Amino acid sequence: MSDRARDPPPERTDFEELEDADDLFPEPAATEESGPASLTAEDISTNSNGPKQDSQFDEDPEDLFAEATEEVSLDSPERDVLLSDGPSPAITPITPPTSVITPCLGHDDMFTHSSFDEIEEEEGGDLFDMHIAVSDPEKVGDGMNAYMAYKVTTKTPMSMFKRGEFSVKRRFSDFLGLHSKLASKYLHIGYIVPPAPEKSIVGMTKVKVGKEDQSSNEFVEKRRSALERYLMRTVKHPVLRKDPDVMQFLESSDLPRAVNTQALSSAGLLRMVNKAADAVNKMTIKMNESDAWFEEKQQHFENLDVQLRKLHASVESLVCHRKELSVNTAQFAKSAAMLGNSEDHTALSRALSQLAEVEEKIDQLHQDQANADFYLFSELLGDYVRLITAVKGVFDHRMKTWQKWQDSQMLLQKKREAEAKLQFTNKPDKLQQAKDEIKELDAKVQQGERDFEQISKTIRKEVSRFEKERVKDFKTIIIKYLESLVQTQQQMIKYWEAFLPEARAIS
Amino acid sequence: MMQEGLDDGPDFLSEEERGVSALSSPPRAVNVDLQTDATLQVDISDALSERDKVKFTVHTKSTLPNFKQNEFSVVRQHEEFIWLHDSFVENEEYAGYIIPPAPPRPDFDASREKLQKLGEGEGSMTKEEFTKMKQELEAEYLAIFKKTVAMHEVFLCRVAAHPVLRKDLNFHVFLEYNQDLSVRGKNKKEKLEDFFKNVVKSADGVLVGGVKDVDDFFEHEKTFLLEYHNRVKDASAKCDRMIRSHKSASDDINRIASSLYTLGTQDSTDLCKFFLKVSELFEKTRKIEARVAADEDLKLADLLKYYLRESQAAKDLLYRRSRALVDYENANKALDKARAKNRDVLQAETSQQLSCHKFEKISESAKQELIDFKTRRVSAFRKNLVELAELELKHAKGNLQLLQSCVGILKGNT
Repeated sequence: MSDRARDPPPERTDFEELEDADDLFPEPAATEESGPASLTAEDISTNSNGPKQDSQFDEDPEDLFAEATEEVSLDSPERDVLLSDGPSPAITPITPPTSVITPCLGHDDMFTHSSFDEIEEEEGGDLFDMHIAVSDPEKVGDGMNAYMAYKVTTKTPMSMFKRGEFSVKRRFSDFLGLHSKLASKYLHIGYIVPPAPEKSIVGMTKVKVGKEDQSSNEFVEKRRSALERYLMRTVKHPVLRKDPDVMQFLESSDLPRAVNTQALSSAGLLRMVNKAADAVNKMTIKMNESDAWFEEKQQHFENLDVQLRKLHASVESLVCHRKELSVNTAQFAKSAAMLGNSEDHTALSRALSQLAEVEEKIDQLHQDQANADFYLFSELLGDYVRLITAVKGVFDHRMKTWQKWQDSQMLLQKKREAEAKLQFTNKPDKLQQAKDEIKELDAKVQQGERDFEQISKTIRKEVSRFEKERVKDFKTIIIKYLESLVQTQQQMIKYWEAFLPEARAIS
Repeated sequence: MMQEGLDDGPDFLSEEERGVSALSSPPRAVNVDLQTDATLQVDISDALSERDKVKFTVHTKSTLPNFKQNEFSVVRQHEEFIWLHDSFVENEEYAGYIIPPAPPRPDFDASREKLQKLGEGEGSMTKEEFTKMKQELEAEYLAIFKKTVAMHEVFLCRVAAHPVLRKDLNFHVFLEYNQDLSVRGKNKKEKLEDFFKNVVKSADGVLVGGVKDVDDFFEHEKTFLLEYHNRVKDASAKCDRMIRSHKSASDDINRIASSLYTLGTQDSTDLCKFFLKVSELFEKTRKIEARVAADEDLKLADLLKYYLRESQAAKDLLYRRSRALVDYENANKALDKARAKNRDVLQAETSQQLSCHKFEKISESAKQELIDFKTRRVSAFRKNLVELAELELKHAKGNLQLLQSCVGILKGNT
């Protein structure tokens, strides 16, 4: 049967029902060793290219990529369009694994999907070594046709790329185009495609108009950071990173201009999700959720969504107030300096000037802290709010798939009944037609069932992966954020310690 | 002379910590540096906040013979303090002194409004959130309350420490008379009169200010005070704004801590312990941030506000002296005229001598007052700035320790 690369150790709790080890990251269950031992003070600087998440992947050191890449041939002729919507991301056929969730998987037609599983299993250890940086924003052109071009640098040991390190220039719509392609290929079969950063008409207009001021610089930096995080999330996904569109995006110097970049913004996604939810509610036959896992997970993400949004709002408020504090501290510093000037007692005058200097340094400290608040904490939350919308979307696709299956089953039933009736009439042509239709529909029903099984299986894997990522992300980034707070306090102490003798010196 | 110390700093906060109710234990008397310590000691031993007024219990200890007892207390309200202050201002005898500035009116409006809003919004938040916010607002109310008590006390202590003002009869009545002083608030007519008086004063101020003083000392003081007063005003306003932002940020951290707590209780992954730990951390650091804001308020903002009022009082003194100078000069002119016409010369001479005497008396005491003002100012700033720096350090170190220990634990667990 299948020739698995290894037998993964049993994973904990939720995923016990999966008999084949869909555990992509079979680390020993006890430890979540995303311990960022390598974090240094430099990492905290928000001027660097975003949180360096790649250094955290110190999992299984076995390099399974070598095996995987050899088997992968993205231009495989066996790309069957097995699903009715969108092209299949299938790869070279490999012998399928044994039993999956339910027994009724057809083998022949499923091989392209199971081959996927094979590859995913083998990459299980996932020595994730890719690093993508988005840098050097450059304004190209003038006036309203101007745009920002970003340099996208990829560093990777993966042999499927021509070189180990390479750069290209991309603009925002290119990113949106990439996401749009990935979404159309993968969302409906259950893969959680990371959402692209939001469009911003106001922000971009300011940049176009050419105001070289603080707020447009901030906007560009915010966007640059978001684009970097977006790409990193995308390539961290074992399936997406092998997609030809992704590779073309990263590598090719000529990228066809993306048109109709209706970015699946989080607002758009939410609308889509709500529409699907409405459709679900209108279903005459409620889906019999035999698998409690899905119900539980949906509820879990629902709750998580609510809480994350709330937390995000509070953090955004903190960023705002911290910036305000910085501005007000700066103003106070100036005022204290003036007061020191007019004070006619020499020693006190000097002390007040020193106070003004301390406050000035502190206002810079607040400014830096506000940036950390934003780039580390707030953006993390924002990203996850958007990601969870994508997760919800994927669950709804499963519903739709089920609905489709049920619909064709009902139709088949009707046709069978009609055929039975025709048996008693003398209309051989019609009878034959009916039989043909039934054969066709039967195949469709079976396909529908397979689709449903497949999407369910994929979602389980995806959710498991997503949750692991989430845990890692939150731990890493929040610890980094706390370290930024540590730094701020250390600086505070330095400043006030320097001031104290000055204050004591007043006589 | 007396030292202003609004040094309720650390004690004020530690009382809060211990959950001591408003003033069941008397606040320490403001740090006074009296030469004649034992003869007259005044403090506010208790206070009660009612619907729309605050009742202060003024407690006196004295060995002076004019009091009936050695120790006694009376209850006074804010209006009575104002009456006492105004009586000093209106007293010609005290024209040559810096009249200790009146304490500001107790203002709980903002705090009451917030409490009311909280009550109205009770339905829209969880029980924990509500209890938390209620405690916050109650603490805020308590803080404002303690501040207003401190400010009224400082006023009394300044008076008690002043060699001349402490002997004032009204002051003794204020301290001893255990009935209501029936000092009704000024009615509309009186308020209008005050208003016009002030207008005239400032117009005069401009007029008089224009005359260059012969005396270098006073000329310098005038220039200095005018500028200083304006800059203290500005610094005070900016300081208040800075502290408000600080409080807002600390409120945000409070909300963040709550959200993290909820996330921690809901999550099914490893993150739940993580979130709970971070939530706990933020709860603690938030408290420290709130203390920082409170300490900055006490040590810096209040200091600036006080010297805003004192510098105004000093300016008023200078104005009175200028007025006396003008009167003196006018009296001189009148005398010359009288001598020239040889009419009412004696009257003019008497009048001139009186003005001269008045002017010289004011000048002499004013000089001393202004020198003392500088000494007090320098000393108060020194004390407060040192304490501010010490407290900032203490809190930063506390924060640092909490943060570092939490990071250590989190890194160790992951």
